[in-house]
Amino acid sequence: MTNTQIEKPKIAEPHHPPTTWKTYFTFSTDHKVIGIQYIVTSFLFFLIGGIFAMIIRGELITPEADLVDRTVYNAMFTMHGTIMLFLWTFPVLVGLANYLVPLMIGARDMAFPRLNAVAFWMVPVFGIILMASFFLPGGPAQAGWWSYPPVSLQNPTGNLINGQFLWLIAVAISGVSSIMGGVNFVTTIVKMRAPGMTFFRMPAYVWAVFSAQIIQLFGLPALTAGAVMLLLDLSIGTAFFDPAKGGNAVLFQHFFWFYSHPAVYVIILPVFGIFSEIFPVYSRKPLFGYKVVAVSSLLIAGVSGFVWVHHMFASGTPAWMRIVFMISTMFVSVPTGIKVFAWVATIWGGKLRLTTPMLFALGGLIMFVFAGITGIMLSSVPIDIHVNNTYFVVGHFHYVLYGTVTMGMFAAFYHWFPKMTGRMYYEGLGKLHFWLSFIGTNLNFLPMHPLGLQGMLRRVASYDPEYAFWNVIASIGGFLLGMSTLPFILNMIGSWVQGEKAPDNPWRAIGLEWLVASPPPVENFEEIPVVISEPYGYGKSEPLTANLEKQELIKDLN
Amino acid sequence: MKIRNILILIGCAIALTGASLWMGQQAYSWFPPQAAAESKLIDELFSFLVSLGTFIFLGVTGTVTYSIIFHRAGKYDTSDGPPIEGNITLEVVWTTIPILLVLWIATYSYNIYAEMAIQGPMEAMHIHTMASAHAATMESTTEPIEKIEVLAKQWAWVFRYPNQNVTSTELHLPVNRRISLALQSADVLHGFYIPAFRLKQDIVPKQTIDFEFTPIRPGKYRLRDSQFSGTYFAAMQTDVVVQSIEDYNHWLKTAATQKPTPANNQAANEYTQKIKGAFTSGYPTVIPAPPPLVNFPS
Repeated sequence: MTNTQIEKPKIAEPHHPPTTWKTYFTFSTDHKVIGIQYIVTSFLFFLIGGIFAMIIRGELITPEADLVDRTVYNAMFTMHGTIMLFLWTFPVLVGLANYLVPLMIGARDMAFPRLNAVAFWMVPVFGIILMASFFLPGGPAQAGWWSYPPVSLQNPTGNLINGQFLWLIAVAISGVSSIMGGVNFVTTIVKMRAPGMTFFRMPAYVWAVFSAQIIQLFGLPALTAGAVMLLLDLSIGTAFFDPAKGGNAVLFQHFFWFYSHPAVYVIILPVFGIFSEIFPVYSRKPLFGYKVVAVSSLLIAGVSGFVWVHHMFASGTPAWMRIVFMISTMFVSVPTGIKVFAWVATIWGGKLRLTTPMLFALGGLIMFVFAGITGIMLSSVPIDIHVNNTYFVVGHFHYVLYGTVTMGMFAAFYHWFPKMTGRMYYEGLGKLHFWLSFIGTNLNFLPMHPLGLQGMLRRVASYDPEYAFWNVIASIGGFLLGMSTLPFILNMIGSWVQGEKAPDNPWRAIGLEWLVASPPPVENFEEIPVVISEPYGYGKSEPLTANLEKQELIKDLN
Repeated sequence: MKIRNILILIGCAIALTGASLWMGQQAYSWFPPQAAAESKLIDELFSFLVSLGTFIFLGVTGTVTYSIIFHRAGKYDTSDGPPIEGNITLEVVWTTIPILLVLWIATYSYNIYAEMAIQGPMEAMHIHTMASAHAATMESTTEPIEKIEVLAKQWAWVFRYPNQNVTSTELHLPVNRRISLALQSADVLHGFYIPAFRLKQDIVPKQTIDFEFTPIRPGKYRLRDSQFSGTYFAAMQTDVVVQSIEDYNHWLKTAATQKPTPANNQAANEYTQKIKGAFTSGYPTVIPAPPPLVNFPS
């Protein structure tokens, strides 16, 4: 279909600046512009979600509900979760993948550039719809980001247009946008690889994005359908999920988690991909067991379709279901463990350089190991029955979503910043950012584990005084984490405006994206590369392509 | 040289195992008191997982830390590391060991689960056919007491003892008896959760869920709503009093003579008088149910 894109005899002009700042506010079909549009938009929402988190931590610094009223508190955690997932984590990862995948596989753009732009522009649209709910008389949705009925169907304002209504519209649009993205990524990776770029010559990051987007394709329709059915229940009085009218409230939980657990792998897989890119570069060694690491992403995607009931162990599920889903959930740890051990073996005996991206990746790896261990604990039915819906779970998934995913995202931002902007970032500010976020994350989320074991439930605005000690520490960590983004913002804006000019390949990294100019020209490659070897050829001094590499680069590798 | 390396590895493994076992023992102190037969089983399983987890965590982070300290590139060293691309033996080992560990953890968890015999609603019919179901219940000393009805509503707990027709907002239970509850919700999803018992079950509207357990330690514990139920969710808590069978029977008899009076209800109180100092939005809320009328208001 759009393979014609490749054959177009357009030749990019490398000396012409590809974009001005105004380009980023247009309906551009350049995957690099769209990638940065995604990243910047979602980062703005990350800041909003972060402010909500600090209001939550402010409320929880004392046992009483005394900072905001309970309805406001409920709106805060609902919006915090919704924004952090649907408007930060998902879009920022799609943004990075948008930027990198075509460059890494040697394509000039995504398979469907216009669809790509449409999918992006839906993000600000549903972001605004969601934020608009603050201006309704009833305020935003207050049923948590799961929106379990019947609570989500209770509508105390009685208005047709209420917070929950806008929330569901936003989630449905987000689902459609992500499905579009999924179709685009899968097609691009299957169809648009450069000559010689076989599947087992693709970087592990591309494998990870491929696996993640396959999950989007089979999982998202369930969530989107669930959201639409809930919307019908809420506004026109159907009875899919309302027990008062004969509906089944637990059915919604199946719809919701059938996607929303695999969604965790949609989120974590690209971050695993980032780790697989970054460790070899800064250890100067090939990725250990590359093929197994690549295939383990697909394995995780496969298993992820059979684990969702582990969110419902306390929901009134029969015993056989609990046991089956316990075992399937535990098996996720096998391909995941393969990756972790492979990264450790990659680092081992290398020539490590602790730059900012490497620090973020190492910090992310350590916190991920911790999150993985608590994850196994949670999959065990008897333990889950005690800690389900407590702060133990909240601590666990924040170690995943901040400790691993957000740390991995920062690693990626710093690593590819010179490529994206043509400028170098400031190393000192980057390291300050790392230490503040590493300490802040642990201070914020580690105390949640003892709180959960003691029985403190999530989503509470007030709690018994026995929980005060750990909550104070968590809140201090939360505020520190909030402050940790300041050096990052300063660094990114300052470096983009007046940073040192970046060479094409400042890290001496191996990969197609490092063979083009920084920032890359509009059509990426003047000449489509012909790939002749596997990725990660560190220490092997063999060229990656038959036509793009200059002699001095090869000399450089020796 | 080779022998030295092996000795160092063995030394590290012993140190790691020691640290992990110690950590596993610490785990018991992270929980509330063990007030139900089930809580002992869960704490034991958790302690085992903490030991195992500590071993893995220290093993991985120890290796990474060693690399960070000893495998750094010199300032002007631009050379690459050894181009090692993999090692089949190593990869087979680190795939097989996790598989075996997973099977071990799953079997252990399953056994504990079978001993606890926590029932999902669909298991209620089969409970008496499960031989292991009462293993943790000290059956010999007990005759099951009457089934207590638990009603959850926005935002109050009401307990009804049908034989004496006693209602209460505080849950009284005899110690060392198999307790049988019938959980019901009047409106939305709620969760029945007593941290000291390590037990939790969601309550689904229009369904009656049977739930059994055995308290083993007299005392006062907290019962909390564990499934988000709307505005005053956090305030939906009450006390559970575990007492000797004599005290329990005495309490039932006295309560039966009391006239029903409205119980103190935090959600209703807060709704009528706004909390001072808090930022209020004026967002409307579902109106709390009126304070329940019970024989024994807590």
